[in-house]
Amino acid sequence: MKNEGEMANRPDNTAFTQQRLPAWQPVLSAGIVIPGFVLIGLAFIGIGVALFVTSQKIQVLETDYTGAEQGSPCYDCRDTSVPCVCRVNFSLSKLFEGPVFFYYGLSNYFQNYRQYGSSRDDDQLSGYTSAFTSPSETCAPYQYNSQKKPIVPCGSVANSMFNDSFKLYHVVNGQPRPVPLDGKGIAWWTDYNIKYRNPTVNGTLASAFADTVKPINWPRPAYDLDTTDPSNNGFQNQDFIVWMRRAALPNFRKLYRRITEGDYANGLPAGNYTLEITYNYPVLAFDGRKKVVFSNVSWMGGKNQFLGIAYLVIGSLCIVMSVVMLIVYAKYKFPEDEL
Amino acid sequence: MTWTNPLALLRRTLLGRKERESTERTLVSNLPYEGLKKKEQPNRHFKGNSIKTTKYTFWSFLPLNLIGQFRRVANIYFVGLAVLNFVPVVNAFQPEVALIPICIILALTAVKDGWEDFRRYQTDRKLNNTPCLVFSRREMRYVEKRWKDVRVGDFVKVLSNEVIPADILLLHTSDPNGVCHMETANLDGETNLKQRKVVPGYSAMNSPFDPVKFNCTVTCEKPDKNLNTFNGYLETTDNRKLGFGIDSLLLRGCTIRNTDESSGIVVYAGHETKSMLNNNAPRYKRSKLERKLNADVVFCVIMLFAMCLVGALGHTIWLETFPSAPHIFIPEGKNEHISSVLAGVYMFFTMIILLQVIIPISLYVSIELVKMGQIFFISQDIDLYDSETDTQVQCRALNITEDLGQIEYVFSDKTGTLTENKMVFRRCTIMGTEYSHDENAIRLAVLSETESEEEVTLYQQRNLPPLFSMDEDDEVSSVVSVCNGARTSVDNHHRPKVPTSPQSDLAFSSPLETEVTPDKNLQQEIQDANRQMVESHGRTCEFYPNEPYLDFFLTLAICNTVVVSTATAQRQRGRGRRKSTPSTGAPEGLFGKVFSSLSIKGKQKSPANPFSLDDEGSEDIATITSDMGVAEINHSKQEKVNGSSVRNRSASGHRQSSRAGPDEVCYEAESPDEAALVHAAKAYGFILKERTPNHVSVGLPDGGELKFEVLDVLTFDSTRKRMSVLVRHPYTKEIILYTKGADSAIMDLLEPPSRLKSERKRVKANTLTHLEMYARDGLRTLCFAKKVLTEQAYVDWLKIRREALSAIKNKDELMLRSAVKIETELTLLGATGIEDRLQEGVPDTIQALRVAGMKVWVLTGDKPETAVNIAYSCKLLDKRDLLFTLTLPNKAALKSSLDGALAEARKYPQSMDCYVGSVTSDVTIGLVIDGPTLNLALEEDLKARFVELCKHCRSVLCCRVTPLQKSEVVKLVRDKLKVMTLSIGDGANDVNMIQAADVGIGISGQEGMQAVMASDFAIARFKHLKKLLLVHGHWCYTRLANMVIYFFYKNVAYVNLLFWYQFFCGFSGTSMIDYWLLIFFNLFFTSTPPIMYGIMDRDVSAFTLLNLPQLYRIGQHSEGYRRSDFWLAILDSFYQSLVCFFIPYWTYHGSDIDIFTFGTPMNTVSLFTIILHLAIEIQSWTVVHWVIMVGSVLSYFIVTLAYSAVCVSCNPPSDPYWILQQQMADPVFYLVCILTTVVALLPRYTVHVLKGTLAPSIHLHARQLDRLNPSERESWIREWQDMSVPYPDTMSSRSRPRPINPVDGAPQPDIAYAPENPFRTRSNSSICDTST
Repeated sequence: MKNEGEMANRPDNTAFTQQRLPAWQPVLSAGIVIPGFVLIGLAFIGIGVALFVTSQKIQVLETDYTGAEQGSPCYDCRDTSVPCVCRVNFSLSKLFEGPVFFYYGLSNYFQNYRQYGSSRDDDQLSGYTSAFTSPSETCAPYQYNSQKKPIVPCGSVANSMFNDSFKLYHVVNGQPRPVPLDGKGIAWWTDYNIKYRNPTVNGTLASAFADTVKPINWPRPAYDLDTTDPSNNGFQNQDFIVWMRRAALPNFRKLYRRITEGDYANGLPAGNYTLEITYNYPVLAFDGRKKVVFSNVSWMGGKNQFLGIAYLVIGSLCIVMSVVMLIVYAKYKFPEDEL
Repeated sequence: MTWTNPLALLRRTLLGRKERESTERTLVSNLPYEGLKKKEQPNRHFKGNSIKTTKYTFWSFLPLNLIGQFRRVANIYFVGLAVLNFVPVVNAFQPEVALIPICIILALTAVKDGWEDFRRYQTDRKLNNTPCLVFSRREMRYVEKRWKDVRVGDFVKVLSNEVIPADILLLHTSDPNGVCHMETANLDGETNLKQRKVVPGYSAMNSPFDPVKFNCTVTCEKPDKNLNTFNGYLETTDNRKLGFGIDSLLLRGCTIRNTDESSGIVVYAGHETKSMLNNNAPRYKRSKLERKLNADVVFCVIMLFAMCLVGALGHTIWLETFPSAPHIFIPEGKNEHISSVLAGVYMFFTMIILLQVIIPISLYVSIELVKMGQIFFISQDIDLYDSETDTQVQCRALNITEDLGQIEYVFSDKTGTLTENKMVFRRCTIMGTEYSHDENAIRLAVLSETESEEEVTLYQQRNLPPLFSMDEDDEVSSVVSVCNGARTSVDNHHRPKVPTSPQSDLAFSSPLETEVTPDKNLQQEIQDANRQMVESHGRTCEFYPNEPYLDFFLTLAICNTVVVSTATAQRQRGRGRRKSTPSTGAPEGLFGKVFSSLSIKGKQKSPANPFSLDDEGSEDIATITSDMGVAEINHSKQEKVNGSSVRNRSASGHRQSSRAGPDEVCYEAESPDEAALVHAAKAYGFILKERTPNHVSVGLPDGGELKFEVLDVLTFDSTRKRMSVLVRHPYTKEIILYTKGADSAIMDLLEPPSRLKSERKRVKANTLTHLEMYARDGLRTLCFAKKVLTEQAYVDWLKIRREALSAIKNKDELMLRSAVKIETELTLLGATGIEDRLQEGVPDTIQALRVAGMKVWVLTGDKPETAVNIAYSCKLLDKRDLLFTLTLPNKAALKSSLDGALAEARKYPQSMDCYVGSVTSDVTIGLVIDGPTLNLALEEDLKARFVELCKHCRSVLCCRVTPLQKSEVVKLVRDKLKVMTLSIGDGANDVNMIQAADVGIGISGQEGMQAVMASDFAIARFKHLKKLLLVHGHWCYTRLANMVIYFFYKNVAYVNLLFWYQFFCGFSGTSMIDYWLLIFFNLFFTSTPPIMYGIMDRDVSAFTLLNLPQLYRIGQHSEGYRRSDFWLAILDSFYQSLVCFFIPYWTYHGSDIDIFTFGTPMNTVSLFTIILHLAIEIQSWTVVHWVIMVGSVLSYFIVTLAYSAVCVSCNPPSDPYWILQQQMADPVFYLVCILTTVVALLPRYTVHVLKGTLAPSIHLHARQLDRLNPSERESWIREWQDMSVPYPDTMSSRSRPRPINPVDGAPQPDIAYAPENPFRTRSNSSICDTST
């Protein structure tokens, strides 16, 4: 056999070094892809039908309450600086199946604006008191108030927190009957339990906020956000957390409450309802809109026709393509295929 | 380029000004000044011997490396962006985070540079601390010092087998003749020993040698890098000048062999030594594809600017839509409301930061990695491995692999490249009588057919560079060593095996050609002459050499520079060398084989020491013999395997010498021609026995010996094209000049015809006829002549000669003039024809290259007749070709000829334009042009015409061209035709040409290493070019082209996602994907697949590529990477990014989705799209492909999940905490991913399918072939070949075993293209068998 010394430079004769590894060489041609197209087409049409049907079942009720137009319920409230209450009436002709999700929606509102997004201090929100005394630079101009006192929570996002509040009344026999709204669990579990932490000094939340001021636009300081539930205060306030998770698109809605309790656990029965709105949040200055949305959800989330239709269209397209391919295949077979 | 520290430069300027001003260097011995302060040292201005090849020191590494890196535009761009990010108004990301990409790139490069530099540092340190012997006056002996302490002016002693520490002027050796042998393999890869001698005239007056007594002044040239020139003189105290040249200089890095001790004075040290000056870094070439790619990068820049402009304008307009600034989501400083226009300007820069990835900086890094991988695979190819010489292909240029796939013009050297450069003596003519040596021809023919006999008389021939190729205008370069080994029976086992074709080449690898079977007639005549001599003089030794045959063979034997050595010396070197530089591609493997077999057989039939025969002749020889013995025994101690037998052999050497006779003499010739001639002389009994600087001994047919005194050797040079030796006849004391040289060089120097006798005239006429015939046979011709000088003429000439020898200025010219002076009025003795056979596979390779669309030019120093014949036999020219021959003396004639030829050529369609499938036009045009005509054609006013004509020619033959012309031709074609050129050559004369071409290829093995050193790729055989170009070139090109296009696509597709999002975030530069994930995406998730794609994808199998060379044309037409491909890729990337953005957009539109939850499906979808897009493009899936593709997807999920789980808020304010987990729990996420991926890839997939069905490319057809079973595939390939191969007779002729055959080798030209213009001649008519 070969002498080692004489063949010192001989390259290894392996499949890898000689580029002879067994290889699968797919050759794309009409004949081969037809079954693939048919399969994809059928599967997509199936998914599409399922999605479409599911989406059709979802009920959505949307009401704009901005009050931009004359005659709309909140028209009078549109540019008041003091809290103003207006009522929107609506009626349901059939049961609005539960659990019903209650959203507020904003449009032409750019929570995804870059400087807005970075105008927050995550250290504060994680409960580091050191960040209370000197908020992050990025919070400017909502870093310190005019007296140079640190704002907690600082920054534009927190400052601009949505502060309209809603009460829903079921009008039964002419008498408004409040619908219980569930404000728990509307934020992400990880946000509420891990990301946002309240600082505690001397055992109380309020003392941790000593020497700080509330955000300029806020009516109440952070430790006193929810007067009804002391555990829902500070940064671990569900509404606050929901607001702080910035919306991806300029027209968005955010979960306000869920209707899951009492007589309304199965949904909102048919009848008349009154929504009592405490109107605080100004949006008309930037041509924004406010709305409330009632919706129930399926396995695929809220109502969305797009996905189902898209699947149906693409599925059909695939079927069409496979037919085209079949024609092509019949007409222009490879000469090699005839071997 | 060696980097020089600016400070050192300054210091050198200050210190060495005086030294620099002169063109000479003067130095004296250091010994009288030993121990004095540096200031008083006379040689202090010269550099010390310590070397530093590192670029950095420990402290300077960081700054210098960074400065070096910032010379790259790409890095500046990156840093610029990072700095921009620190400007608050425009920053897009957290400033620190934006530094990551540049830091990673800088760090990676720095680590690489640092590692390389550290390795250099280690080598330097090792070298600098190597011990050597330096003379110390204090101790009056040589003491051990380290290399770095050696200074110019020191006396250094080098022992046998030691490496020389600096450039040393040889003053003393232990050899009584004052010579020593030096092996230069470390320097130039040449394996033969070079003889060096003590400065002429020095040893005589200073013996014994004592450094302390050395009181001469040494004057020599400034340091330069030319390894073959060195001039200077020693000036003694009594003002005598002793000249010396390169043969007295020991070069740093070389090894002393066969000489116990050599000592001398250091003249150059450290970085000024010739070896260090030759130490060049690998060259950086920019490939054609890369140039094109750079243009597309510019398009990317334009695109980036356009997109940023859109962003800036969009932002301005968006701001304008608000009646007043909505402070609620545009947090601005209280009183510092900025105008929307200014905000737009800021936004422009923010956008640059955000979209920076569109300029594919990582592309350059990836390309480098891909090329490394490609080079790995090329050099690992076993088909490009030559088992005979144990050489694999060497890739010396790292970045032009894909240029191999785009070659349009191939420029080839002839000798040694197309041919073996292993010369075989074939015929000779003596005094006008031709001796055809039919028996020899028959023997050679038989030899090449039957090579597997059990018992073969093994001869050993080692051919290296021809310093002396008479027919070539070679620069003096290198040496050949031919060792005619012992006659030993060796079985087949030891013979090198060439796996592919058994018949043609084995004869060369076991070079039996050195043996010449004497021509019967000639032998008879010699014997007759001998007998006459005996009868008339009684003793042959005293014969007066008036007999032309004897003169002729004496010339063959002594008019050369062949060194006689023993087999043992050869063996020793072969082994030693292999230990030191195992990677050098010289064919030492053969040596080992032969000698190990010799050792094994030694007991039965031992080679004997040839010198024993000469014992009575010279005591010098006896000394050498004993030296050899010592060296051999020393060596045998190291040799564990063969040790005992070696000793046995050396012991039995003398005993058996008489039996083995002179056969085992080893000849070390400077050129294969010389070796062939010496062997031819030997066949007739004229055996070159010994050569020392002063003597040469020749054994005579009757067993006698003539020992000539050598008065001078006028070495070969390309101007004279001849060499001469001046000897004194031992008995007649006549001074005789023997000359051999190219026929043109000799014929002009013969005695003037007027004085010639008719006999002489007949001889000349006959010889000329024979020479012409030889040339037609493709033989290399040499003429031999002699001249007898009078004593007075010699003395007169000697004066001129001495002056020339001691000159420094114009020494070469003076030497030349002195040589010309004596080489006049010669008497013609005869001429020889030497065959230089075609290498194996040359016709096949050339044919394949031409089918592949390459035009092949041959540039040779040979005569047109020889060249044309070689061209026919290697399929460069076809007998049906229309052949233009341009050998015209003046410009006007050339001009009209060119015009005429052009007019003629235009009549025929350009055959090169045809693509596969169509039958090439019947007429192709060949052009033969010779050197002087070429010079005219290269003049400005004719250039254009010449180039135009060349465009029409399928092959061009340039004969009698100089190395400079070779490179001029290459440059002309490259620049004027704007084509990709490749030069291939093997010798020093090809270096210019190799460097001028886009791709330079050196053939390693035959002619030393100069060509290899200058080349980009070095291969062992010409036939390897076929696979290198057709397979590797094609692969590298298509792979890289596809990879680059994919890379552009990938970046644009991904970055555009961010761009589309800007339309929904007020053009504020928000990214919906976490920045770390953005970085990871390019760095980890999608980086390896394209690199793997660029290294490993295979569109068509090697087998098919080799059999269908037309597949190569895709690269020549740059079809793998066209501008349209680039734009299509960009278009597709826009489409895909739109799909990847808007399907999730419409899905989540109006919902409560937050930014990163919105971005996650997009990121995921992008990954799928980008990976699957590549999956569509990949043409062959191996295990590696699967692992990397699946691995990339998995790594995305694993890394992103881990990152989302760990990072609660690690990158404020963006925090992707738990986002992917949340998404992966949502079925809509998967639905979006599936839909988007399918929609994004559907068009590309469909187009691929339809293209594959409706308009399949030739490569697709070829891929189809790969899927067939072998027999079907072969029949298809054959059909395909027949369809497109231009010559119907190709198939039959390809199977012909021996390319050159004296009987049928040169095809008859077709009469159909009979010349009608005077300049258009047909090639030579048939070859007649000249023995009749």
